[in-house]
Amino acid sequence: MEHIRMPKVENVRLLDRLSSRKAALGTLYLTATHVIFVENGSETRKEIWVLHSQISSIEKQATTATGCPLLIRCKNFQVIQLVIPQERDCHDVYISLIRLARPVRYEELYCFSFNPKLDKEEREQGWRLVDLNEEYNRMGIPNSYWQISDVNRDYGVCDSYPTEVYVPKSATAHIIVGSSKFRSRRRFPALSYYCKDNNASICRSSQPLSGFSARCLEDEQMLQAIRKANPGSDFIYVVDTRPKLNAMANRAAGKGYENEDNYSNIKFQFIGIENIHVMRNSLQKMLEVCELKSPSMSDFLWGLENSGWLKHIKAIMDAGVFIAKAVAEEGVSVLVHCSDGWDRTAQVCSVASLLLDSYYRTMKGFMVLIEKDWVSFGHKFNHRYGNLDGDPKEISPVIDQFIECVWQLMEQFPCAFEFNERFLIHVQHHIYSCQFGNFLCNSQKERRELKVQERTYSLWAHLWKHRADYLNPLYRSDHSRTQGTLHPRVAPCNFLYKFWSGMYNRFEKGLHPRQSVTDYLMAVKEETQQLEEELEILGERLANLQKSQLSDTKIEGKQQDRSKQPGLSASNNSLANTPQEYSSDLKSFPSRSPSQGDEEDSALILTQDNLKSSDPDLSANSDQESGVEDLSCRSPSVGGCLPSEDSGKDSDEAVFLA
Amino acid sequence: MLRSSQPLTGPNRRRCREDEVLLATVLDEGERGFVIDTRSAQAAKQARMSGGGTEPKASYPHWRRLHRPLERGRPLQESFIKLVEACNDTSITMDRWLSRLESCRWLSHVKAALSTACLAAQCLDREEANVLVHGPEGTDTTLLVTALAQVILEPSCRTLTGFQGLLEREWIQAGHPFHLRCARSAYSHARLKQEAPLFALFLDCVWQLGRQFPFSLEFSERLLLALFDNAYASAYGTFLCNNERERCLCKVKENTHSLWAWLNQPAERKKYLNPLYSPNALVIWPSVEPQSIQLWQGLFLRWVRSSQYLDEAWAETQRLVEG
Repeated sequence: MEHIRMPKVENVRLLDRLSSRKAALGTLYLTATHVIFVENGSETRKEIWVLHSQISSIEKQATTATGCPLLIRCKNFQVIQLVIPQERDCHDVYISLIRLARPVRYEELYCFSFNPKLDKEEREQGWRLVDLNEEYNRMGIPNSYWQISDVNRDYGVCDSYPTEVYVPKSATAHIIVGSSKFRSRRRFPALSYYCKDNNASICRSSQPLSGFSARCLEDEQMLQAIRKANPGSDFIYVVDTRPKLNAMANRAAGKGYENEDNYSNIKFQFIGIENIHVMRNSLQKMLEVCELKSPSMSDFLWGLENSGWLKHIKAIMDAGVFIAKAVAEEGVSVLVHCSDGWDRTAQVCSVASLLLDSYYRTMKGFMVLIEKDWVSFGHKFNHRYGNLDGDPKEISPVIDQFIECVWQLMEQFPCAFEFNERFLIHVQHHIYSCQFGNFLCNSQKERRELKVQERTYSLWAHLWKHRADYLNPLYRSDHSRTQGTLHPRVAPCNFLYKFWSGMYNRFEKGLHPRQSVTDYLMAVKEETQQLEEELEILGERLANLQKSQLSDTKIEGKQQDRSKQPGLSASNNSLANTPQEYSSDLKSFPSRSPSQGDEEDSALILTQDNLKSSDPDLSANSDQESGVEDLSCRSPSVGGCLPSEDSGKDSDEAVFLA
Repeated sequence: MLRSSQPLTGPNRRRCREDEVLLATVLDEGERGFVIDTRSAQAAKQARMSGGGTEPKASYPHWRRLHRPLERGRPLQESFIKLVEACNDTSITMDRWLSRLESCRWLSHVKAALSTACLAAQCLDREEANVLVHGPEGTDTTLLVTALAQVILEPSCRTLTGFQGLLEREWIQAGHPFHLRCARSAYSHARLKQEAPLFALFLDCVWQLGRQFPFSLEFSERLLLALFDNAYASAYGTFLCNNERERCLCKVKENTHSLWAWLNQPAERKKYLNPLYSPNALVIWPSVEPQSIQLWQGLFLRWVRSSQYLDEAWAETQRLVEG
């Protein structure tokens, strides 16, 4: 609280991004964990809650006659434009927010004060929801080819790896330790995914410290061990996800890549995914396009292409497809690395796993995938997503890209995933929110030292509790599509990659389809299920009734029925008619009129365990008709935006009155 | 909402009492009207040199003119051809795809058409003013705007039957020259002067509306694709010729079958229904931001990529809803 200069400012205006004429007047509050805007007046009382962890940047703009504008950009792509009447107040808020958004100690983060009112047992149970040992068992390990190794039990070999790693049977502790000395950050080759059908595997590591000519016997033996663990193939692929030029440049620094001459039976492959700096800039450029006020189609498409974002997404996807093909179709094991083996390697391994194994397309499986390839393998959450104040050059949307790859796949294969878009958006949100402890720090070692599991709650338990909101109604576990490998089209397929406005324009409800098909279908599904259950119960009742009618306890039966269900007549005829009513009931569903438009994106992004949502509630702004915003309030996009060549200039303003 | 063609003002600023009276009588006491001209102000002015023009303010006092240029004719056909080529081009890499898409301009035309239709709808619904829509001929962009505006405004136009009625009224009877406009489509080498995909643009816009309002159209994408096909080549006489007069002369009604009759047979009809449909009595206002306008994959990628997984999803949706 000592960082808060001004806990409360009144008469603050919240501007609507698309229409500067629409502004809500309210009060701004700063607390230890949130920035809160509460709209003045009447019933709607729109509130916006933003966690400090979500704040990416704050911009204080030039004071105008109306006040001092403050622009808050969030990591979940929410953009909040405030106008604070007094410049001095604005400055105080600005300074406070700068400090609050850049914590220096972990204890300042919300997860250490968040209290969902669960008891100790529930908290612990939440953390046990995802168990990696169980996962490797599910894959079929340990077996005759793979074993668990405790060589890293005290993080003595590699401090960014987990204590338990899975290695080929023929990889002794000596080989592992030797190999780790020859790998950047000591990240030796370890198992990410094992395909029990053909023994092919996906292993991951960092780049070898090969320079121009260095060799390491143990590292070469390690790769041989991986090859031997797959008797079905006499070679392995080594995939370097970097562009060739970058990898070669690394050689000058004593690192580099595997030389096919030195490592027996490997086939080497560059994939060419750009580094974290390129990705950071790419996202930045794309967000600038999103912030354009009423862009033309040209502005938008050019801007999007210029950012290169979709090109990068496709590159990651192509890499995943290559690896999945190698494993599933060729039955060849793959060793994947980039520079340090914690960014592009994680992306590519998890995309490949998702394509290969339908388990990872279930909700639980997806949580396991993230725990395995991102959390346990030491992806640097703190550095990449700015839990604490740090080097801005380390910030990069690495996991965002992975999550987008999943969404792109969901769009191509709508029936193949158990979870829906909202699930992905909420996962992304919470990676940045630091409301839960799963994504703190840079490694398992740091998290254990910080005692994260004893002091915070698990996101997975929270999402699991609300899983009904995250289901994909089109998913069927028995569906042929959901079994086995997904084969995304690799070429030509540029047109299949879409701009994810659900994520990058998440808070601009006006841009999205007004009516959520997913929610509607889920509701239909639930209703159908309920009705089917009821039908069953009534069927049983009918059968019982028929039975009791045959015996002498007929009168008793009728009385029992009446007391249970007063409306239900005990006569056989009416019971026989009810199924027909049910089917017509289904047709008159939904009870929620589609014209009401979107529901709140989420009451589940809980900042307290009540219904305060960090999503702006636009229902107050939207037209009562069809639940849709009044077009005239978004004047730039209609009418005004097309260049009018009237010399008279009498047209535009006439039509679009405030 | 009225539609017409351009007034023949000409270089000498001719006037026509009857035309002025006609438009004046449309307006009640104190009401005003808007003329939405689908040409740019400059193009409209230039049209005077060849005998056309615009409604001068002085002669039509309560009508305000708005210019919303919409592409038609040769340039629109080029746009269409370019897009089809781009979708078929296997050599484009991801870092060139979007600019290639942009250079086709097709999505810009969709955006412009929707925006103009929304403008017309807004005049009627929000301003409660009368609207006159016209381009040069009243047979192309005019019909695009009036038909789209009705889909936006009028729930009955969103039913399967109502939509057919809309097409009959606003495209066929209104004299859109189908025979000239839908001659060879995008692959032909013959670049016919009169060919232009206005109707395809209209169907694209309707598809966009359906995507943004998945519950509000009684018909599915399948109907739109069937209409597209039949406009170019059909076993039925519905889209033949260029106007009612020609159809009478050719005795189309006596010699051919109607597409609508076939579509409305119960067995056929249900293939074109949208399982998510729920009558929405309100106006549907689409978003015309670039993010909201998407490439109509069902039409442009129809033969390029397999729709297997999307069809599956559609079938599953139907199964869930119909039980």
